[in-house]
Amino acid sequence: MSVREDLADRMPGGDAGLIVAVLLVTYAAYVLVGVGLGYSLRGQLNTIAVLTFYIGVFAMLALALNLHWGYTGLFNIGIVGFMAVGVYVMALFTKPIYTPGGAAQVGGLGLPLIVGIVAGMAAAALLGLVVALPALRLRADYLAIVTIAMSEIVRFSFLSSDLQQFQMFGNRVGFGGGSGLILDFTDPLQALFQSVGLWGAYLGFVDAFKAIVPTNPKPVVDGLVYGLFLLLFVAAYYWLLKRTGESPFGRVLKAIREDEDVANSLGKDTNQFKIKSFMLGCALMGLAGIFWLMTQGAVTPNFFRPRVTFFVWIALIIGGAGSNTGSVLGGAVFAAVLYQGPRYFKNLVDTVLPAADAPSSFGPAIAPLISNLNPAPMFFYTVDSIRQLQLVVMGLVLIWLMHNRPEGMLGHRKETAAGIPLTAAHARAAATDGGTAKNAANDAADDAATAGGDSDE
Amino acid sequence: MSETDSNPETETEAFGSAPIDTSSGPDTTAEFPLQVDGLRKSFGGITAVDGATFQVESGTLTGLIGPNGAGKSTTFNLITGMLKPDTGTVTFNDEDITGMEPHEIANKGLVRTFQIARELEDMTVLENMMLAPKHQRGEKLWRSVLPGVRGEVIEQEEELLERVWEVLEFFEIDHIAEEYAGNLSGGQRKLLEMARALLTDPDMLLLDEPFAGVNPSLEKRLLTHIHELREQGYTFLLVEHDMDLIMENCEHVIVLHQGRVLTEGTPADIKSNEEVIEAYLGGNV
Repeated sequence: MSVREDLADRMPGGDAGLIVAVLLVTYAAYVLVGVGLGYSLRGQLNTIAVLTFYIGVFAMLALALNLHWGYTGLFNIGIVGFMAVGVYVMALFTKPIYTPGGAAQVGGLGLPLIVGIVAGMAAAALLGLVVALPALRLRADYLAIVTIAMSEIVRFSFLSSDLQQFQMFGNRVGFGGGSGLILDFTDPLQALFQSVGLWGAYLGFVDAFKAIVPTNPKPVVDGLVYGLFLLLFVAAYYWLLKRTGESPFGRVLKAIREDEDVANSLGKDTNQFKIKSFMLGCALMGLAGIFWLMTQGAVTPNFFRPRVTFFVWIALIIGGAGSNTGSVLGGAVFAAVLYQGPRYFKNLVDTVLPAADAPSSFGPAIAPLISNLNPAPMFFYTVDSIRQLQLVVMGLVLIWLMHNRPEGMLGHRKETAAGIPLTAAHARAAATDGGTAKNAANDAADDAATAGGDSDE
Repeated sequence: MSETDSNPETETEAFGSAPIDTSSGPDTTAEFPLQVDGLRKSFGGITAVDGATFQVESGTLTGLIGPNGAGKSTTFNLITGMLKPDTGTVTFNDEDITGMEPHEIANKGLVRTFQIARELEDMTVLENMMLAPKHQRGEKLWRSVLPGVRGEVIEQEEELLERVWEVLEFFEIDHIAEEYAGNLSGGQRKLLEMARALLTDPDMLLLDEPFAGVNPSLEKRLLTHIHELREQGYTFLLVEHDMDLIMENCEHVIVLHQGRVLTEGTPADIKSNEEVIEAYLGGNV
């Protein structure tokens, strides 16, 4: 433990330095493997863009979950429900108004993207409030049951044909039911650059990028720029949650996590604090959901299965609950190693051995291994089913972590819940600087304590 | 995150008028700040508290004793809102506080400690202490987060830290300020808990077995602190098993037995009371 702590302490730039270092190592590993296998530059850049995208969304979600679980001790296993509500409400607000004969079955309200994003976050926060009001009065495990049930209710609601289309302000709108919803609003990057008047400059930049990627560079650049944009939002989440944690508000949250009765008997209205913390985290989950899906072109309810919730939990556990820096690292490591890693590995195998034919079922895969010790079919079969096996690997990693390092990468680190450094030296300095008149008894105690402290050191 | 219920000015005033300082003392006006009347609570078929009625005089150290199962802890929980009584009333500073939430009661100035010291183990002693003061600006989320207003929060944090440090020095636990509360010894936890309760600027403190598991020298220190604070005007209600300790230190003793007040009076009265001796020796009353 101390080795790790030393590493973090010695890292130039502190926590930010540590995060940047982990990201660089991850990228380097991906690029090195790609180069070694002769990937095209375009392929490399695309890989990096996709990797950055997943690092971004998982880091954001892990940070939001850390506010719930790491700080307040709220056991939320309905993350994906808040993401779904964020995306769907955003789509409802921003999809263009329905015109007969268009590609989309239903329209939206045709409002600007930013309005939709704010509305999506607000809707996720409101859903959080509705869930929290009854559940927070109960013990932690009941909140878990309520949240996971809620996330499934949300998914089935969006699947239902009753909400497939309906009228709102005289417009034909809806959530598309099981066949999904086309997100046919302006491309978010285009909207972003147009809003600051840089769309022309961006297109010029894309054109210049032809020097590196000669044909059709726009998807590549779009991917990279969007990844960068997500990383900026990870930084924003980090900043927001760090300030939240390092404050009297965060101190009460931490006290609730430790022992709610104590916080209550010290005069803190713990229900209020829990609800605020829960709603803020839900809004951030809604926003992360929006960022995950708004560039995907379409959204279907079955994307929001509970497994996504557990991906976020694994990311947080890897990073270490209670630490914001750990949450970002956990999100990054989860995305790079457990989420994208196996898929990347499969791509590599496919590239290196394009001719290899994977057996179609377990029988033909295992038979050669047993009969003449030929492991190749089994290997190809395994690689071919890597998307399914991924979940097994995640489960194994989770079990291993729980046994050997339940506090994750940085969970052993305690981030001080105060706006100022809480050290004896600082306190002593503050007390001396204050210089206000104290009564004699306190002064005497002061002197005695100082003397005692000196002899101790 | 718009919480517009109070503007900075009024809150600053409220904070200024209620300084958290051990030397300022409480401002109780009532002669009997705590009055308990006909308190009754049953769990299923068992009546834990059965019509307890007593009052605590301002500025005294009052002891609440009784054999195991007499209903002392339940009475405490009923007074502080952790449990809701079936019938009966609790009055604090001439205000009916029956059935209020624990945090509301604590904010009225009636603060408790726990029988088994309940520290916030993964928080340092300083964090534990900084939690307690009332009316912290930064407990409003928007104020802790928004640039511009956060400056005021930081400013108040510095003031709080100064007060916290004074109280730590008063209780002579400043040398463990950076230690995690989970690493403290039983006695240090008791000191921390009392120090923390004091930082909420209470009028009256309810101490649930503050000397359980505390070594004799630390017990003496705790008692010294309690007497000092009582002289500053704080009122104490103390649950304790150790008869000798109660008899030596309390002005007034209330004896609970089977959920009701068996008798009350000065230590000398209690010592010579046949009923009390019988109750403690396990005879049926």
